Amino acid sequence: MSDTPAPPIVEPAFDAVSAPGDLSQVPDFSHEEEIDAYRRMLLIRRFEEKAGQLYGMGDIGGYCHLYIGQEAVVVGLRMAARDGDQTITAYRDHGHMLSCGACPREVMAELAGRSGGVSKGKGGSMHMFSAAGRFFGGHGIVGASVPLGAGLAFANRYRGDGGVCWCFLGDGAASQGQVFETFALARSLSLPMVFVIENNSAEAAMEPGDAPVRPTDLAGRGAPFGIPGERVDGMDVGAVRAAGRRAALVARSGAGPVVLEMLTCRYRGHSMADPARYASRGNGPDRRTRSDPIEQVAARILASAAASGDELKAIDREVRAVVADAAESARQSPEPDARELTTDVVA
Amino acid sequence: MTEAEPITMPTPILMPALSPDQQEGKLARWLVRAGDRVRAGDVIAEIEADRSTMEIEATDDGTLVEILVPAGTLNVRASTPIALLNGVAVRVDGTGPETAGADADPVETGAAVPLAVGDEPASDGAFDHITLREALRDAMAEEMRRDAGVFLIGEQVGEGGGAHKAGQGLIEEFGAGRVLDTPIATQGFAGLAIGAAMAGLRPVVEFMSWSFASQAVDQIVNSAAKTRYRSGGEMSVPVVFRGPDGASSRAAAQHSQCFAAWYAHVPGLKVVAPSTPADAKGLLKAAIRDPDPVLVLESEALYAATGPVPRGEDVLVEIGRARIARPGRDVTIVGYGRAVTTALAAAELLAAEGIDAEVIDLRTLRPLDMATVVYSVERTNRIVTVEEAWPVCSIGSEVCARVAIEAFDHLDAPPAKVAGADVPMPYAANLERLALPDAAAVTAAVKAVLDV
Ligand SMILES: Cc1ncc(C[n+]2csc(CCOP(=O)(O)OP(=O)(O)O)c2C)c(N)n1
Ligand SMILES: [Mg+2]
Repeated sequence: MSDTPAPPIVEPAFDAVSAPGDLSQVPDFSHEEEIDAYRRMLLIRRFEEKAGQLYGMGDIGGYCHLYIGQEAVVVGLRMAARDGDQTITAYRDHGHMLSCGACPREVMAELAGRSGGVSKGKGGSMHMFSAAGRFFGGHGIVGASVPLGAGLAFANRYRGDGGVCWCFLGDGAASQGQVFETFALARSLSLPMVFVIENNSAEAAMEPGDAPVRPTDLAGRGAPFGIPGERVDGMDVGAVRAAGRRAALVARSGAGPVVLEMLTCRYRGHSMADPARYASRGNGPDRRTRSDPIEQVAARILASAAASGDELKAIDREVRAVVADAAESARQSPEPDARELTTDVVA
Repeated sequence: MTEAEPITMPTPILMPALSPDQQEGKLARWLVRAGDRVRAGDVIAEIEADRSTMEIEATDDGTLVEILVPAGTLNVRASTPIALLNGVAVRVDGTGPETAGADADPVETGAAVPLAVGDEPASDGAFDHITLREALRDAMAEEMRRDAGVFLIGEQVGEGGGAHKAGQGLIEEFGAGRVLDTPIATQGFAGLAIGAAMAGLRPVVEFMSWSFASQAVDQIVNSAAKTRYRSGGEMSVPVVFRGPDGASSRAAAQHSQCFAAWYAHVPGLKVVAPSTPADAKGLLKAAIRDPDPVLVLESEALYAATGPVPRGEDVLVEIGRARIARPGRDVTIVGYGRAVTTALAAAELLAAEGIDAEVIDLRTLRPLDMATVVYSVERTNRIVTVEEAWPVCSIGSEVCARVAIEAFDHLDAPPAKVAGADVPMPYAANLERLALPDAAAVTAAVKAVLDV
């Protein structure tokens, strides 16, 4: 514990656990922001589709967890974040990398295990980092990244730099003991962090009715520790950004951590290696019928005439070109030099 | 709960292929009879094919328990079990490894259950040709039928049948009360199983990977391993932890690594690492019946490997016994898990160059069967260890050190170690290949110790 006394717990201006009923927030997006969100989500979607294809062609191997369907979560929260905020997540990290500004070429080359990859091809899909984007990984062990997020937040508080750590974890990860330990630490140290629980209801072999094991009230997971939480429609990028702004306000004010439960939907299998695993039987019917995060925004853009259909198509073409270039450049990138085997172990 | 006397499992002797393109031959002549004692390398039978005659050697020391294919049988396919050999646990005229082991290290071989010569295995002589994952399933199913206290717990072990399907069908037979799916609460369910074992149950914990079990190291090391000792023998922890360990293709730094040395370091634990379906079944069954915590390190790459597995509820593989996987005279190659496959492949390459390598499959990493290793080195005078793990403080390091300490006078060359690269597992395909030992690395090490 630091010498600085922890600030008193300030009750946030919103319900600790808001009912799923108020999911449909009217997005407070400007037209430009709406189009920006569309472009950012589309980049992740097209990138992941391409990664899936490259996997099928054998250019990518091992584990490769796609983020398709969940794009609104990371994009909305990045739009709520400030420069200097940190991001950390588990292994489903391609979208987070891209949202934090990593170069698509370098991310794709990493997936392909090439020397042009962000980790020089040595890390692969699950192990990517961007110091410039303040993205701290990319972690393969479920739950283990969460205390690291507390450490990132602690550094912000220690330095008093006003930064917030956006600490992403899955609904499955939310049962790991380390998560609860981190809740206790984050509360007692009043850490400036937001626990973002991406609830794609994909936890192993859990039936919808299995209340004791299928985590239902994840927004309330921090409540016994005095951490407020909110359940958010994670398919609506506007609702995500709005919730992110509220949470950041609390965390940045020194009032301590906040939990955001993002109700979202993973369209593809758990990973390219084991698509059938954690089949998304747990996805509630309400969400399965919910509209796609990208389609939702496109519909709003067209309805408000913020852009025309042709303009959206042009954005799609641009994004596809970026992704095609990333794939091509990844394929052209040579394998790492054999000498790289033994570098970077220690300084 | 019933405690049956463990019985050492007989090793099948397999029909060899006469050449890569000749997969069948005639079993011409038996040179031994059932009941005969044989030593590894003894010629026991002759087989004939169009162009050649070949001698079959005993793969192990022991007693020839049964001849499965009579002399004169035509068109015997390669890999068919032709005879059963009762393995190294049999005392052979007081010169076998067991006696040496008992003298050399009473602590480590204390777990051994001696078998009298002539003890019949419980196997009815029949074999299942199954995969290693099926062998694990059969082991669990048989033990669950035998002992109502045995249960399986882990992520997705129920309907999913386990991350590698080793528990396929168990929930259908035993129900959700004995095949329990857990949330991802790794340290929690490891600890729960230890508590249940202290209360007298026999939990089998499946980790999706030993890489994830590192979340539960404290429970395994501080709770499971030390309870017998710190309770002065009052309390025991008969728990089994099992799951895939070692290299996992392209799974990279956090999912592809070997934990053998980590756990073999800990007094109070037993650690086994099967390389064949027969050993997987026999060792897992022995682990479940064992009164202490036993860790089963399975090689992900071997789950689909098939082989003959003797039937019989009480066919166990004794914990603490190595196996001579291939007899030879010129050099001893010692491995465990998938490295045994690499060692055997290397032995084939070496054979083509006239070098006759003996391959020892350790099977148990704690307690180490140094008696069998030393017994081999006494004959070959040279040793090379092979493993996928990191080289520092590895099982290979331990074996080499023990050989230097216990058999120095028998060595004609310094022990040699072949191991994985001393780096986290890289993702890139070319670097990953460089990080893992292959047969060429083993043959190079063998030639170095032979100075050829
Ligand atoms: C400690 C640990 N246990 C098990 C695993 C295997 N595993 C990989 S992903 C996963 C499911 C995690 O689900 P969740 O946290 O909801 O993330 P999602 O895949 O839905 O993004 C499991 C069990 C692991 N990587 N680490
Ligand atoms: Mg999930």
